[in-house]
Amino acid sequence: MSTTTETGGPGSGTPETERPASATAGPGRPAEPAHRTAGSLGAMITAELTKLLRRPATWVLLGLWPALQLVFSTVIPYVSYQRGASFEGLPPEAVLASMLPDQLVLNSLSGLPLFGGALLLTLGALLAGSEYGWGTLKTLLGQGPRRLQVLAAQLLALLVVLAATVVVSFALTALASGAIAAGESAAADWPTVGRLLRGLGGGLLIAATWGALGLLLGHALRSTALPIALGLVWVLAVENLIVNVAAPLLGAFDTAQAALPGVNAGSLVAALAGPGATLRTPGVAAIVDGAQAAGVLAGFLVLFTALTALLLTRRDVV
Amino acid sequence: MPPAQAVGARPLVEPRPDDEVVVIAGLTKRYGSRTVVDDLSLTVRRGEVYGFLGPNGAGKTTTLRALLGLVRPTSGTASVLGRPAGAASSGVGALIEGPGFYPYLSGRENLRVLARYAGAPAGRVDTVLETVDLTDRARDRYSTYSLGMKQRLGVASALLKDPELVVLDEPTNGLDPAGISDMRALLRRLSADGHTVLLSSHLLGEVEQVCDRVAVISSGRLVVESSVGELLGLHRLVIEAEPLGEAAAITTRLLGPERVSVVGGAVHAQAGPEDAARINRALVLADVEVSGLRQEAQTLEAVFLQMTGSELAAAGPDPDGPPAQRTGRLPRRGAAR
Repeated sequence: MSTTTETGGPGSGTPETERPASATAGPGRPAEPAHRTAGSLGAMITAELTKLLRRPATWVLLGLWPALQLVFSTVIPYVSYQRGASFEGLPPEAVLASMLPDQLVLNSLSGLPLFGGALLLTLGALLAGSEYGWGTLKTLLGQGPRRLQVLAAQLLALLVVLAATVVVSFALTALASGAIAAGESAAADWPTVGRLLRGLGGGLLIAATWGALGLLLGHALRSTALPIALGLVWVLAVENLIVNVAAPLLGAFDTAQAALPGVNAGSLVAALAGPGATLRTPGVAAIVDGAQAAGVLAGFLVLFTALTALLLTRRDVV
Repeated sequence: MPPAQAVGARPLVEPRPDDEVVVIAGLTKRYGSRTVVDDLSLTVRRGEVYGFLGPNGAGKTTTLRALLGLVRPTSGTASVLGRPAGAASSGVGALIEGPGFYPYLSGRENLRVLARYAGAPAGRVDTVLETVDLTDRARDRYSTYSLGMKQRLGVASALLKDPELVVLDEPTNGLDPAGISDMRALLRRLSADGHTVLLSSHLLGEVEQVCDRVAVISSGRLVVESSVGELLGLHRLVIEAEPLGEAAAITTRLLGPERVSVVGGAVHAQAGPEDAARINRALVLADVEVSGLRQEAQTLEAVFLQMTGSELAAAGPDPDGPPAQRTGRLPRRGAAR
């Protein structure tokens, strides 16, 4: 630490009357009303992006989803097609058709309702829960922002990286399907711009819903391990059990499944895929129509955000 | 043991209302049935270095958190720089309960993140790194820092906004002796620059050297709020005499009951050198045989242990310290009811 010559002997704190006024404070300085000041929301989002992008876990989680998406929607089916074998009950010609550019939206998003959602929920939980584990939330709040500003910055930064990841998934899938179409001399009927934009928007809505659920769990449980465990169990196990085991047996579950986030995510992807698309990815099924699915997901996004805001503003930061 | 100081060794100006940087009034914080802070009232004046002392679990950190708006009081009020706690953060920099930073970011990146949240100019980052002597390690990841370096980065974050009030909770934790000395110098420099410093520390020797006033709390309640000079000026006069009861009665008549106790076969009195001769004369005139009459200087540590009935005191007597019991006979200002 930089030191200066120590003035005053032991026990002789500088008397107030001897202290010079400084640019910031001092006995000679008129008392000014203090105001809560903090950086702009843009600066806070930049700070959150720095935190997200410099964190190795972010790249692992965000890289894993497009990579898995590509492998399961394109690479493995293409290897199967090359061998002339059927794939998930589809003849080789149907497998090839399912990988071509006109299926770009489905093949870019089909993992989001299940494993993609689990990964993005994990990212949200890490983003929020780590702040408690590292004691950084109190450090951030000590710099002046309001709690809701911190939440807004976290959520908006998360949306930015999720949007970028959705775009990357579309880009990778487009490259792969374009290459397959060219290599197999098949038709390259790309989706219209409108369909593409709807696909990007729908993908972002699903991703944001899972990310917001992760944020909610992270802030609610003020840790990382438990929110991630609970989130994964819900996404990968509970919803599947409800849809595949309980709903066929009990009418109440059959009705209730229409309100589940994973079911609505799968239904939205199915709707975005368009009529006649081959829905072969687990979690993607047209249980409710697309508009309803989008509405329910938007509702969940608002609900998760509102609950997080409530928790963050009402509870002590300890 | 350093020599005790006379009462009023530190001249303090009379406080004016606009000099009150921190005002805590009747602050109480309960978690369920457990009361962590109990009807606490204290005032920190502009420009002073204010020591906030108490044993572990006394409620110091909870009080500081309440000041920053991190926890909500169950009752009572706290204002900082004339505004409700938590609303005046532009003028407050704080290090509460140890540093909290992102382990995968460097020291500089951590401060840049905080500067963006604070709205502080980017140039402040290098300034505060220089202040805490971390410039050479600023590019290293926080996770590689020693405990002392983490602590210094925490202090740097508290200074980012060049705040009027600096709140430091145990800033010397993990620092080696040289680091502690540097911290002492930094506190003095902050004070000399006109900052108000609210310092919570266990290192009572440091507090004694740098603080103008202190508050001692125990079990969430205020034990005393006073200038350091005033506290240290309360010398203990130890009188060994026969008959002891009469000696105690005479001393009590002269000083008042709140300043006299009988401990281990001697009369202990809170009395300065000017009282010693008067008491001695009175005892001799009353035919009390005085075999010993000595003045014991007190350190802040001794006073602290005396007031808080600390576990340290209970563990065994310190030859330089006070008797291992709580006397509670020092003057109280605004003591909890």
